[in-house]
Amino acid sequence: MSVRVYDLAHARAGDKGNTSNISVICYDAKHWEFLERELTPERVANAFKHIAKGPVRRFPLRNLKAFNFVIENALGGGVTISLAQDIHGKSLSNVMLAIELPEPQ
Amino acid sequence: MPVAVVLGDDVSSIVKHKPELTLIENGEPLESILPKMISANAYLGADVVREALDTGAPIVLSGRVADPSLFLAPMLHEFGWSYDDLPKLAQGTAAGHLLECTASVTGGCFGWPGKKEVPDLAHNGYPFADIKADGSIVIGKTPDTGGRLDVMTCTEQLIYEIHDPTAYITPDCVLDITGISLTQEGNNRVGVSGAKARPRTHTYKVNVGYADGYIGEGEVSYGGIDAVARAKWAAEIVKERLKLQGFTYDDFRVDLIGMSSLHDQVEIRPEPYEVRLRLAGRTRQRKAAHAIGFEVRAMHMHGPGGAGGACEPRVRDVLAVKSVLLPRNLVNSQVVVEGAQ
Repeated sequence: MSVRVYDLAHARAGDKGNTSNISVICYDAKHWEFLERELTPERVANAFKHIAKGPVRRFPLRNLKAFNFVIENALGGGVTISLAQDIHGKSLSNVMLAIELPEPQ
Repeated sequence: MPVAVVLGDDVSSIVKHKPELTLIENGEPLESILPKMISANAYLGADVVREALDTGAPIVLSGRVADPSLFLAPMLHEFGWSYDDLPKLAQGTAAGHLLECTASVTGGCFGWPGKKEVPDLAHNGYPFADIKADGSIVIGKTPDTGGRLDVMTCTEQLIYEIHDPTAYITPDCVLDITGISLTQEGNNRVGVSGAKARPRTHTYKVNVGYADGYIGEGEVSYGGIDAVARAKWAAEIVKERLKLQGFTYDDFRVDLIGMSSLHDQVEIRPEPYEVRLRLAGRTRQRKAAHAIGFEVRAMHMHGPGGAGGACEPRVRDVLAVKSVLLPRNLVNSQVVVEGAQ
């Protein structure tokens, strides 16, 4: 059994240069520890490995029942030179939401 | 009507003489892009915008100013906050960050059917902030408008485009959002408290724009049986024809729109009924950029069967941007009032 990030949290992607930042915000604060344990930077880097070279850093925001993931080398060189359709990577939050995690106990 | 104009963000004549500055993105010296430089603009802060407001001019025009600083400036002007008063700078900067993307905090860039409903999004209202002299802040939404403003929408916007949440560097302070509390204080009203900050840095961030060749692209559609196989075949044919003409590209990309243009991994995506093939490349030669769209359009006549709806070849100049940090004391920001009193 597994659960998707989508089931527990919402997310938004932003861009700066060639770096994407994606927030992951719990609907319910009681899932924060579960996500802290399971939604590791390694797991996120793996989910993005076909898009971003990384590295991936994770910043906890307990006060906002959230995390901020900063994913480097993610935007095809950056907004101004990228050949991508989605040059800002706004749609990348949906890659995050689709990550599957083991079912919470 | 007098207009106060904020000048000094254009620092191209200054950085021209500082080839040793380091590009933040790749660690190389600015010298590497100076011959192709088109623009260099410092992100100015709220201090000079406050000066402009202090002239009493009803309209202020500025060059490049950091987004949250545009909102902090009227607070400095109205309340006389100083740059030593870090808790208030922090609160004002946090409010500016929440407001700077306008409707992104009132339900735009947020809604999701069945999951995050937003009422009447077509009439989405703009946000405002009620700010007191003590730095207390409540974010609100214009009355009788659609959209929603609550802790969820504010949280998404608060983290938006921030990297290290303990160190969001603006020209006015280094904001720390890790102690912020967002509290629902009524319908479409959210209180913001607990922002912290350290003093502003000794540098301005400068965006340096430079000419970096051309991007060319073309698109054509395939539908029905074997649509994806025909699109993939066409991509190979176009690439071969570009190669035959001796064109080279610094970067090249094939997208199957409807399948893998946003998140890649074509090998695991289900095949759609129809697909739009897109090829794009970046190159130093305008002719090579134009050839991409030209050859994609030629798939009507020279490619696999049943290609339809190719677009005209598209070419655009690339204005690439990299950044440097420039010591504040080298930047001469100033206010000039134009027009009759």
